[in-house]
Amino acid sequence: MTAVIHAEGLGKRYGLRWALSECTVDLPAGRVIGLVGPNGAGKTTLLRLAVGQLTPTAGFIEVLGGRPAADAAQLSRVGYVAQSTPVYSGLTVEEHLMLGDRLNPRWDWTIARARIESAGLDPRQRAGRLSGGQRAQLALALAVAKRPDLLILDEPVSALDPLARREFLQGLMESAVDTGVSVILSSHVVSDLERICDYLMILVASRVRLAGDIDELLASHRQLIGAHRDNVMLPGAEVITARHTERQTTLVVRTQRPVDDPAWAVGEIGLEDMVLAYMRADAAHPSPMEVVR
Amino acid sequence: MIEFVLYPGSGVAPYLQIVQQVRQALRLGLLREGDRLPTIKTVVAHLAINPNTVLKAYRELEHEGLVVPRPGAGTFVSRTLADDNVAAHDPLRAELSAWLDRARGAGLADDSIEALFWTTFRVAQRETGGRKDGA
Repeated sequence: MTAVIHAEGLGKRYGLRWALSECTVDLPAGRVIGLVGPNGAGKTTLLRLAVGQLTPTAGFIEVLGGRPAADAAQLSRVGYVAQSTPVYSGLTVEEHLMLGDRLNPRWDWTIARARIESAGLDPRQRAGRLSGGQRAQLALALAVAKRPDLLILDEPVSALDPLARREFLQGLMESAVDTGVSVILSSHVVSDLERICDYLMILVASRVRLAGDIDELLASHRQLIGAHRDNVMLPGAEVITARHTERQTTLVVRTQRPVDDPAWAVGEIGLEDMVLAYMRADAAHPSPMEVVR
Repeated sequence: MIEFVLYPGSGVAPYLQIVQQVRQALRLGLLREGDRLPTIKTVVAHLAINPNTVLKAYRELEHEGLVVPRPGAGTFVSRTLADDNVAAHDPLRAELSAWLDRARGAGLADDSIEALFWTTFRVAQRETGGRKDGA
């Protein structure tokens, strides 16, 4: 299966600060990929590089085998819903769809109408009077109806209330089944991603910390609890974080083999705890870049 | 037609929750041979979950011989779980409610009873390696 995004040594610098550095990933097609990380980790930068709104300072990126935004064909294959889901407040819902038809060679009216109806939007309503959730649904309808091969969404639900959030994700997953589109979406809320993603990429402090199939990631991470010890040696396992109290040491480790050391109580780890472990690990050991800054 | 529910905090993988709910529905007779499971699109749109999760659950059920996919028509129940051990339910239920009465009598709150049941269940499961339905 080809990669929807292939990046090698990809980096973007603003002045002295690297918003994204040494990013090398292959993100598989046909998946719902979650891009997770704290605010300012470089999620938006990576997504904007992928849609061609930014150009790399270092390395290169290929999207669906082509250079981002290289030509009209490439543009039509990638749908993008930006943070805050911008719409034209003076235009009605219907006028947005007509604009979509005008601007996109592969525009599909059936999909557009079905999404608008399913979201309960009134075609005559002006976009400026829509709620946040409705505006997000309109942005989704526009992005899906252009029949992209890859749909990229930047924090699409972060500003929505829980109900609107759920409705948006329902619409998104329904579209994914209908059109078979590959999806990449970013969030700093893991629980949003847990239900809908099957592939995860963790970005912390401008660097990729982890990327992989969620089932495989969960199968290869374990939480270990045992008596306090300062220097932990676990052959074949990588210690992601270690927390200590006077009596107890708690580890999150990555390993391909079962941990059979009886000194440790071994438990499975949830997605949220795993992601937090990577974020915490980074806070404890700032990257060289952060130190320089 | 049945509808699935997800319990995010349960620690049980979402696909497994769907598998368990189908087995449960079969056991309770809510689903019978020939019934159609909800389409993947329906489940996905209802629960806002990844389509592959539903696909994986249905494949697992197929592997267990409980359902059969018919291309273009949907996924259909091919076997029932209701008949084989339903006779054992009543005495077991009576023992369980007697046990519940004793637990309440000993002053345990509902939370503690539930926790006690599940920890004991999990330990037993680990020791025996678990017992799958229809095995």
